[in-house]
Amino acid sequence: MIFSIIVQAPPVQSQGAETALRFTRAVLAAGHQVHRVFFYRDGIHNGTDLASHPQDESSLPAQWQALAQEHNLDLVVCIAAAVRRGIVNEGEAKRYHHEHWNLAPGFELSGLGQLVDTCLQADRVVTFGGRS
Amino acid sequence: MILHTLNQGPGNPALLENCLTAMTATDTLLLIEDGIYWSLPAYADTLARVPGRVQALESDLTARGIKTALTTVDDTGFVELTINHDKVVSWF
Repeated sequence: MIFSIIVQAPPVQSQGAETALRFTRAVLAAGHQVHRVFFYRDGIHNGTDLASHPQDESSLPAQWQALAQEHNLDLVVCIAAAVRRGIVNEGEAKRYHHEHWNLAPGFELSGLGQLVDTCLQADRVVTFGGRS
Repeated sequence: MILHTLNQGPGNPALLENCLTAMTATDTLLLIEDGIYWSLPAYADTLARVPGRVQALESDLTARGIKTALTTVDDTGFVELTINHDKVVSWF
């Protein structure tokens, strides 16, 4: 079965992104396919390359990267949600005349069309939200 | 057959009320994250009004030190629930 995961929860302030990561791992472990993980609204903060965590805590952005590398996952960060919150790749940094960029390797910026495609391609779409 | 996930506790009673309005008898409510707190004995009357089945995510119960008489599922069981239902609605 093909799954798509939508992450609207930020990596630190709420538990939703952690639940999404665990759920994605369980989907893959059960032998199912993950078509895409789409990070939307405050969930885009999962795509930062600049978060530094205490040594005894796990870094969600790093875990997403590792999982994506292992399973060749498509990690898409909503471009409109990201640029307004200060998550940019090199291309967007140039477009907006920023000197720096911070989108982590393994993530890509794309539009809501990818979200529509995500919903159309998957047998199940599961959303993980914040505020918890 | 819809699986509803709910991740907020009694601090946001409106969220559960909205979920109950949308649920039917063939649906399942899965309590996750802070939604786990609805399984405390103090809220038994509220949970009794859920029209369908109620289950709770094991790891979130363990993280909060709560034991419940509800059916529990681990992450693998969560995935199976999403497959056994036609679609998933997330309340957050």
